Amino acid sequence: MTKMVPLPSKAIIPERDAQKDPILETHRLGIDFGGLTAVDELTLAIGRTEIGGLIGPNGAGKTTVFNLITNVYKPTRGDIMIDGKPTGGKSVSQVSRMGIARTFQNIRLFSDMTVIDNVKVGLHYSINQSLLSSVTHLFGYKKSERDADERALELLSFFNMKHLARFKAGSLPYGEQRRLEIIRALATNPKIILLDEPAAGMNPSETAELMENIRRIRDKYQIAVLLIEHDMNLVMNICEGICVLDHGKVIAKGTPDEIKSDPKVIEAYLGKKED
Amino acid sequence: MKKYKDLSSFAKTNIKCYGIVILAFLVMYPLQSSGMISHSISGQLVPICTYVVMAISLNLTVGFLGELSLGHAGFMSVGAFSGVITAISLSAAVPSPTIRLIISIVVGGLFAGIAGLIIGIPVLRLKGDYLAIVTLAFGEIIKNIINCLYVGIDEKGLHFSMQSDAALGLSEMGRVIMKGPQGAVGITKTATFLSGIILILFALFVVLNLVNSKTGRAVTAIRDNRIAAESVGIGITRYKLTAFIISAMLAGMAGALYAQNLSAVAATKFDFNTSILILVFVVLGGMGNIFGSIIAATLLYMLPELLRGLADYRMLIYAIILIIVMVATNSTQSKQIIAKIKSSLRTRKSNGEGADL
Ligand SMILES: Nc1ncnc2c1ncn2[C@@H]1O[C@H](COP(=O)(O)OP(=O)(O)OP(=O)(O)O)[C@@H](O)[C@H]1O
Ligand SMILES: [Mg+2]
Repeated sequence: MTKMVPLPSKAIIPERDAQKDPILETHRLGIDFGGLTAVDELTLAIGRTEIGGLIGPNGAGKTTVFNLITNVYKPTRGDIMIDGKPTGGKSVSQVSRMGIARTFQNIRLFSDMTVIDNVKVGLHYSINQSLLSSVTHLFGYKKSERDADERALELLSFFNMKHLARFKAGSLPYGEQRRLEIIRALATNPKIILLDEPAAGMNPSETAELMENIRRIRDKYQIAVLLIEHDMNLVMNICEGICVLDHGKVIAKGTPDEIKSDPKVIEAYLGKKED
Repeated sequence: MKKYKDLSSFAKTNIKCYGIVILAFLVMYPLQSSGMISHSISGQLVPICTYVVMAISLNLTVGFLGELSLGHAGFMSVGAFSGVITAISLSAAVPSPTIRLIISIVVGGLFAGIAGLIIGIPVLRLKGDYLAIVTLAFGEIIKNIINCLYVGIDEKGLHFSMQSDAALGLSEMGRVIMKGPQGAVGITKTATFLSGIILILFALFVVLNLVNSKTGRAVTAIRDNRIAAESVGIGITRYKLTAFIISAMLAGMAGALYAQNLSAVAATKFDFNTSILILVFVVLGGMGNIFGSIIAATLLYMLPELLRGLADYRMLIYAIILIIVMVATNSTQSKQIIAKIKSSLRTRKSNGEGADL
């Protein structure tokens, strides 16, 4: 376990929140679905280059937290700040452009498009091409496409997927689809990336590669990562701060070692006899 | 894993589409100008061109944007009548029929684009298949409005009325352009086969380029997975509107050309049946398949003409042929339609994306 980036490592821990320069903060965040309180009183802070983990039993509200942070769901209570700016009242795409990118628990690729085009959709806002040049293929079209291809291929080669650039995204094997989803998210040039169960359905060697990739993402792009994962080995290995949810509430926050020995966490997991 | 032939596929599609149109022109033009083909066929050349443009433009909405439109003929209608009014208004000021035709096609496209904007702004914000219902209504409303619209022109300018041509209050010198249910009358026939071919090439240029661009990728991404497209920052409404308006504009241009191939045209020409006919071209040609749209529109438009000898059985046989083609192309296209219907039913049922986003 390398801790190459010293700054934020335990930012998720509340006492230290104040000293940090967090990229993402939530303050007493909550949402109700009818009578069900899916998330409640969630106060989090993720440091600029931190790898944070969000864990908890099935149905704890983890994916709902991602949907709140990305404004897919409008919070019933509380606030969210990305890089110090509130996200309230913004649309999903506007929030994305504030510097947040995500992957989905159930993969959501543009399956009928090629791998490279999936990445280029991610690059959308950094491609300098007007509608006029889209329609005419003149006025800088060639250059903007060439630049986009170059950047897309660079991202793909960083994850060893360059050779798959011209394949249809929907035709890739599962593990590569997951990887492509991460690449597409990175293409938006985010300040923080949210990964929803990135190791789901992967075999141990794929999981090991994924862990390596998550570290490489943080180190190369100097961004924060917040991941949801059921694979405890992965979480304990790469996360610097962990937040445990149960029934929508935070039951523990801390370093992997603190979390491992926390009785409430053990109870939440063993009580449901999982893992 | 299937290798997706992308690098060259844009070029291939281009060559196929432009090639077939130019080839058709090179074959038909000499035949037509030397009078070697029958009058009934040469009279169909401009309508075929306009329906090819209609199919190409509708494919942008249905195939690439993935939204169902049941009122594409409504945009054709808006383009046709605004184009005719423009052409007749300019008959003194612009002596060249070619320039008049070009101006009227541009105006027809603009008005249809504005109609597309007015429909699109409220409807394309919504999730779900509301566009189908609203475009259906739009087609009918446009038809009914034009059915009771009277337009005339005199030296003071254009006059409009919803009652009668007498109510227009035209001067001695005045001239009625649109007569309610009779539609536009006294049109100068300026459309030519060449102008039809040029309009097809223009539509191809716009649509094929658009599909292979930043804008086109955004549009296709929205079709493939709206939630993912939003998550990477694509403004959904903006790109849906862009594609829909361009589609409407091309339909309006086709309408303007179509009307100026006739001496009179009524609003009933652009009714629901016409919209469905165009949709059939797109579906049978293949969603998102521009080349298919060209072929399907041409063949299916000519078919009733070729079957004319069979008199009463004509439409029956036409329907049977349609069904056979539909079954024959079952492999991909009909599956796509079924998948689309299924998925639209599913989204209706679950209404929202639920928990497993
Ligand atoms: N749109 C919604 N409408 C109603 N209830 C919802 C909605 N989204 C989530 N929920 C409910 O909120 C709770 C938390 O769901 P969520 O998907 O966030 O759990 P999770 O922690 O991601 O679980 P898993 O580990 O299974 O992915 C569940 O009870 C779920 O049914
Ligand atoms: Mg989940």
